[in-house]
Amino acid sequence: MCVSEGWPQPGSFEDLAMPLFDQLYNFAHWLTQNQEEAEDLVQETYVKALKGFGSFQPGTNFRAWMYRILRNSFLTSRTGLRATMTVALDPDVGAPELADHSGTPESILIERSNQELLQSVIAELPVNFREILLLCEVEEMSYQEIADTLVVPVGTVMSRLSRARKALRELVQLKLKRTA
Amino acid sequence: MSCQTWQAKLDLYLDGELSSDGMRAFDAHVRTCPSCAADGLARVQMKRAIKTAGQRYSPSADFRRRVQKSIAAKPQRSWTLNWRFATVAVVLLVAVGLAGTLLRRQGLARERIFTEVADLHVASMAGNTPVDVVSTDRHTVKPWFQGRIPFSFNLPELQGSDFSLIGGRVAYLNQAPGAQLVYQIRKHKISVFIFQDQLIRDGLSDNSDVSRKAAFSAGTWSQDGLRYFLIGDAAADDLRNLEILLKNAAKG
Repeated sequence: MCVSEGWPQPGSFEDLAMPLFDQLYNFAHWLTQNQEEAEDLVQETYVKALKGFGSFQPGTNFRAWMYRILRNSFLTSRTGLRATMTVALDPDVGAPELADHSGTPESILIERSNQELLQSVIAELPVNFREILLLCEVEEMSYQEIADTLVVPVGTVMSRLSRARKALRELVQLKLKRTA
Repeated sequence: MSCQTWQAKLDLYLDGELSSDGMRAFDAHVRTCPSCAADGLARVQMKRAIKTAGQRYSPSADFRRRVQKSIAAKPQRSWTLNWRFATVAVVLLVAVGLAGTLLRRQGLARERIFTEVADLHVASMAGNTPVDVVSTDRHTVKPWFQGRIPFSFNLPELQGSDFSLIGGRVAYLNQAPGAQLVYQIRKHKISVFIFQDQLIRDGLSDNSDVSRKAAFSAGTWSQDGLRYFLIGDAAADDLRNLEILLKNAAKG
C-alpha cells in the first residue's frame, strides 16, 4: 500500500506504532500501577517491536502484536512476576457463566463522582481480570483480537471476561456497602 | 428461546460478537422483553463507565518525544556537489515545480471524490434502509446488481472473518452507476463502493491507500478496471483487512 497525506506509511514501523502510543501507555500504567515502570515497559516494548518488526506479517493485526509484546514484557518483569504469582488464576474452562444482574452497581456508577471508586476497583482486580476488561472495554478489541493478544482461545476470552465482569461487580458492591 | 438463553448471549450482543442474524434476532427480542432491555441498559452503562474510568493515564510529551526519537529511522544523506549535480538539481527543481502544480490539482480532485464518497456513505447510513437488497449472502447480493449496473464484480467469502455483509444498493459517482455494499464489523459499518475506473480515476492512484478523513477511515484502489472505495467509522486496520478480502475475491 502507498501512503496518503497525514496517514502512516505502511511498512514504516514508527508510523504504524506511534499512533498506538497513548493507549499502550495507559494499558502499561494499569498493569504496572506505577508511572516509572509504565514508561520503562512502554520503552522496552517499542524497542523490542522495532527489533522484531522484520518478523511482523503485513496484513495481520499490528495492534494485537504490539499489545502482545507489551504484555509479554510485563509478565517477565519483576512486577509482572509478582502480580501473577500472587493470583490464583481461575481455570478458564467451560461455558461463560450467566452474569449476576442485580443492577445496582451499574446505575450508581453512572455518576461521575464514583469514577474514582471504579478506578480503585479496576486497580484491585487480579491482573488477568484487569487486563482483559481494559482490552475489551477501553481498547474495544474484538474477542479474536483479545485472543491474539493474550494468546488464548476465543472461548477462554469469553469465560475470563465473564468472570472479570462478575468480579468487578462484586468488588463494587463491597466497596459501596463499606462507604454506605 | 427462553429469556435465560437470551441473557446468556447478552454480553456477546453488547460486545458486538453475535452474527448479523444473531444481532437482528436479539434486537427484536430486546424490544419485547423489559427484563432483558433493563439488563442490557445496565450493562451498557457499566461498559461506558469502565471505558471512561479506564482512560486514566496519559504519557507526558517529553516521554513521547524520547520514545519517538529512539525508534525514528535515521535519514541517510550524502552531500556531493559539483557542477554536474548542480545542473541536474536545476532541472529537477523545474520538474518539481511543474509536478507540484499537477499534484495540487490532483489533490483537489482526490479530495472532491472522497468528499462525494463520504456523502454517499453518510446518506445511506442516515436513511431508514441503508441498502436496497438485504442479505448476508453474497450469492444473493451479487446477482441482484445484474442489469442494474454495467459491470460485475466478485464478493469475498466471509466465513472465518469478523465481517458480515448487510446488503447492497446502486450508487452514483460522477454520474456513473456503481455498487454500494455495506459490511459490518462489530458495531461499525463499512461501505464498499465499486465503479468503473475509467469514469472515476481523476486524481486517484492505482495503488491502495487507506487514510483518515474526518470521522472516517477511507481507502481506494484500482483493480482490473474497477475502482474500489472503502469508507466507515471502523479502524483503519479493519478496512485494510476488508481490502485484502475484496482483492483476493476479485482475483477469482
